[in-house]
Amino acid sequence: MKITFTINGARKTVEARPCEPLLDVLRREGYKGAKFGCGQGFCGACTVLLDGEPVNSCLLLAGLVEGREITTIEGIGGVDRLHPIQEAYLDAGAVQCGYCTPGLVLATKALLDRNADPGDGEIREALDGNYCRCTGYVKIVDAVKLAAERMKGTGG
Amino acid sequence: MSGERRFSEVGRERRRIDGIGLVTGAALYTDDHDMPGMLAAKVLRSPHAHARIVSIDASRARALAGVRAALTWEDVPRVAFTGAGQGCPEPSPYDKFILDRKVRFVGDEVAAVAAETSEIAEKALTLIRVEYEPLEPIFDPRESMRPGAPVIHDEPEWEIPIPVEMDPRRNLCGRADVTIGDMARGFAEADLVLEAEYENQYAQHVANEPHITISWLDAQNRLVILSSTQVPFHVRRIVARALQIPVKRIRVIKPRIGGGFGSKQDIVTEPICAALTLATGRPVRLQLTREEVFASSRTRHPTSTRLKTGIRRDGALTAIEMECLQTAGPYGTHGLTVLTNTGSKILPLFRCPNVRFNAWSVYTNQSQGGAYRGYGGTQSGLAVNIQMDEMARAIGMDPPDLYRKLHIREGEGSPVFEALGEGAEGHAMTIGSCGLASCIDIAVRESGWAGKRNRPGEGRFRRGIGMAVMMQGSSIPKIDMASCSIKMNEDGSFNLLCGATDIGTGSDTVMAKIAAEVLGVRTDDVIVHSSDTDLTPFDVGAYASSTTYLSGMAAMRCAEKVAAQIRAVAAEMLEEAADGIALRDGKAVGAGGEVTLARVGSRSLYEKDQHQIAAFASAFSDQSPPPFSAHTAEVEVDTETGLVRVVRYVTATDCGVAVNPLLAEGQAEGAALNGISYALSERYIYNAKGRLLNASFGTYGVYFMKDLPEMRTFLVPTYEPSGPFGAKSIAEVCINGPCPAISNAIFDAVGLRLRRPPYTPETVWRALRSQTP
Repeated sequence: MKITFTINGARKTVEARPCEPLLDVLRREGYKGAKFGCGQGFCGACTVLLDGEPVNSCLLLAGLVEGREITTIEGIGGVDRLHPIQEAYLDAGAVQCGYCTPGLVLATKALLDRNADPGDGEIREALDGNYCRCTGYVKIVDAVKLAAERMKGTGG
Repeated sequence: MSGERRFSEVGRERRRIDGIGLVTGAALYTDDHDMPGMLAAKVLRSPHAHARIVSIDASRARALAGVRAALTWEDVPRVAFTGAGQGCPEPSPYDKFILDRKVRFVGDEVAAVAAETSEIAEKALTLIRVEYEPLEPIFDPRESMRPGAPVIHDEPEWEIPIPVEMDPRRNLCGRADVTIGDMARGFAEADLVLEAEYENQYAQHVANEPHITISWLDAQNRLVILSSTQVPFHVRRIVARALQIPVKRIRVIKPRIGGGFGSKQDIVTEPICAALTLATGRPVRLQLTREEVFASSRTRHPTSTRLKTGIRRDGALTAIEMECLQTAGPYGTHGLTVLTNTGSKILPLFRCPNVRFNAWSVYTNQSQGGAYRGYGGTQSGLAVNIQMDEMARAIGMDPPDLYRKLHIREGEGSPVFEALGEGAEGHAMTIGSCGLASCIDIAVRESGWAGKRNRPGEGRFRRGIGMAVMMQGSSIPKIDMASCSIKMNEDGSFNLLCGATDIGTGSDTVMAKIAAEVLGVRTDDVIVHSSDTDLTPFDVGAYASSTTYLSGMAAMRCAEKVAAQIRAVAAEMLEEAADGIALRDGKAVGAGGEVTLARVGSRSLYEKDQHQIAAFASAFSDQSPPPFSAHTAEVEVDTETGLVRVVRYVTATDCGVAVNPLLAEGQAEGAALNGISYALSERYIYNAKGRLLNASFGTYGVYFMKDLPEMRTFLVPTYEPSGPFGAKSIAEVCINGPCPAISNAIFDAVGLRLRRPPYTPETVWRALRSQTP
C-alpha cells in the first residue's frame, strides 16, 4: 500500500505492507536515527514525533500516519547544524552509547515546545518513556535544563 | 599530589569527540548498515531445559521458497569452544558447539535459518522437526553438586585449556580454595563471630541495542563480521576456531555500539551468523529479539555466599571466611573468573590477618552466566558490606568509623592479591593510590549521615541510611594487552588507531585526550578510529575496567614515540638540539625559536628527508590498581506496602585522575542506578520447567527516569603512579554499592536485615509482617 505523509517538513509517499510498523518503513527509507530496542513499545529508542508528540514508531502501524506530520532526529539538526538541544546533550555529558539519544532529543523537543521552562518533575514525566542504561539519567535531566535555559527567548 | 600537576587536555572538560554523530543519529550502529542481498537469520530455540536431540530434520525448512540455508548440529564443525571473550588460553571451559545434539536450557540454540525475509525465516523454523529425549534438569546449584546428579556436560570434547580444577562429571566448572593465616586462631581471637548467608539474583545487562551481527564474504572470499561486540579480536580468534577457518580469513569490524556492560564481551551471535554466510555465500543479519536477549544471551551469576567474620571490640578483624556457591548456568562462560573475582575484588579491601575463600561454580540448566559490570565484586560486595553493618552495630561503632579503621591504604599490599587472581593465583601488588578515606568523608558529609542514622521516625513511612565501600581493578595484570598506532598528517593533526573498543564509554575521547596531552595539541586534533582487526592494532577489548588505564597507557607511550620523531624534525628546522624542544599549543618550541606542527608534518611528508612520522606502542601491566568508592543510600520504607524508595544516593569515587570528568561521573551514575534498580526491582522469574517468564522491559524491572532518586556524584582526586597521567578506572566499581547500602538503610529504617535482593515491596512487606513485635 502507498502512504503519503509529511516528514521533516517535506511530503513523501512510500510503499509499505499493511501491518508494517512505522519504524521499519522509516529505517528502510534511510531515517536510521530511529533505533530498534525492544519492538514492544517500552524502551523508546524508536521515538519519533507524530504531529509534534513523541510516539513509539515500533508499535505504530505505518498506515496510520497517512496525511500526518512526522519529525525524526534527522529533522532536528544535522552534523553541520546542531539544534540547541543536541548541543546541550553534548555539553551536559548526557550522551554515552548514544542509542537512546535520538529518541531522547525528540522527546525533549516535544517537551520544550509546549513548556519552555519545565521543572524536574515535568522533565522526568515527559522523558519517562525513553530508557537509558548508560547514564543513570542524571545528566539527561541536566541537559534538558541546559537546553531550556539556552533556548529562552530564542523562540526554540 | 594531584594538585601539583597541570595538564592542558587531561582533566579538562571536552565534548566527546564522537558526540555529533550520536546526537544527530548519523553514527552507524551494526543495524544501520545495509548490504545488498542481505539475508535474515533466525534461531530455533529449545523448549526443554535439558534434553538430547534424538533426531532433527530441516529438509522441509530448506524446501520452503526463500530459504537459503537451514543448519543443525549435523551441518557445523564438531569443535568445542567457549563463548567467553577472554585472553587465550581462556579460563573458561570449551563446552559449547555452534549447534549441538544436546540442549541445556530453555532458549538454547537448536537450529538456524537464513532466508530472504525474516518472515520466511520465522516460518522455516516451524518446519524443522526435532525429536527430543527430555533429561532431568537441574535448577538448584546445591542439587548440581549432589553425587549422582544428572551430568549436564557429558560430551567427550569438553576441555579446559588451563590447568585448574574443573570436572564436568560432577557439574563442577570452577573451584577456588585459598587460606591465608590461621583461621582457627583468628576466630579464637575474636570477641565476636558473625555468620550469615547472602544471595544475589540473576540480572540482565539490558543494553539498549540488542546483540546483532552482520557477516558477508568480501571480494577476496574473506569473512567480514560487523558486530555489536566489546571484543573484536577475541571474536576473530573464537570464530576461527568454531568454524575451523584461519584467523587470516576473518576481519571483524566494530561499528558504534549501543551499550554492553559485559553482555557483549561474549561471542553470542557471531558464530551462527558467520556459519550462515559460509553456507549461503550471502550477507546475513542476525539480531536477537529483546526476549532472546533476556532468555538466551548472558546474565549476572547468582551466588550464594556464606560469610563468617571474627571481630574484636575495637573493630579489628581477626578472621574472614567466605564460602561461595555460584550458579554458572548451562555453559561455563566466565564462571571461574567471576568466582575468583568474588573473592579478590573485596577481600584485599580490609585489613585482616586470617582469610579463607572457599568457592565452587557449578553447571545448572537455567540462564547462562557471563561477564557483567562488577564481575564478582557485586556478589561479594553485597555480603561483606551488609555484614560490616551488622558488625558495626554489634560492637557499637558507626559504620564509617569501622570502614575508616579497616580499609587498605596507599603503600600497603594484601596477601589476597597474590593468592587470588583470574581463575588462578594472582600477583603481588602495592596500592599506589587510595582516596577511600576521603570518599568516606565526602559520602558521610554530603548524605547528612550524622543527622539521619538511627532516626527512623514514627508512623507509616520510616527513613534510614546505610553505607557501603568497594573497589575494583584496572585491567587484568600480566594478561591484558593494549596497543595503538599514531601517524601524523601535514596539518599537524594525527590519526590514532586502536583496538580499544569504545562501546559508548567515551574511550575514544579518553585515548585522544591522552595522546593530545603528550603531543601538545588539542583533543580534536587527534582523530580516533576503533576498532577493526584488519586496521587497528590488538587490544583485548572493553572489559575489566582496562581501557583508560591500559589502552590509555598504550596511547601515552605511542604519542611519546611520535613526539620524539617530531622533535627530531623540528631540531633540524630550528637548528638546535631535540632534547630542549617542547611540544605545546600545536607547536614545537625550542630555546631559540618555534615551528608549528603543521610545518613539521608538511616537511616530513613533502619537503626534506621525506618519511611518515608514526609509531606503534603496546601496554601491559603487572598491576591492577583498584579504584575505590564509598556510597550512602537514604531510603524511605512504606511499612504498609513494603515499598522502598531511595531518597538520596551519594557516590564518592577515587578513579585516579579523571581524564574527562563529565564522562567519569557518567560512568559512576550509570553504574549506581543500574545497581539501585538491581537492588530494588530487577530479577528473573522462572516457571517450574526452567522457562523465563519475564523476558521483557515491562516485566523485568529496569529503571526509567521517574525512578531516579536524587543522586550526588563526587570524584575524589588521587594520582595513580602506574597509570597514564595518574588515571585508574571507573567503569564498574559503582555498581557494587547499592545492594548492600540499600539493605543497610532498610535495616536502619525498620530493623529488617535483608540479605537477598531484590528488596521488592512484596519481600519487604512479608518480612515486616513476620517481624517479631
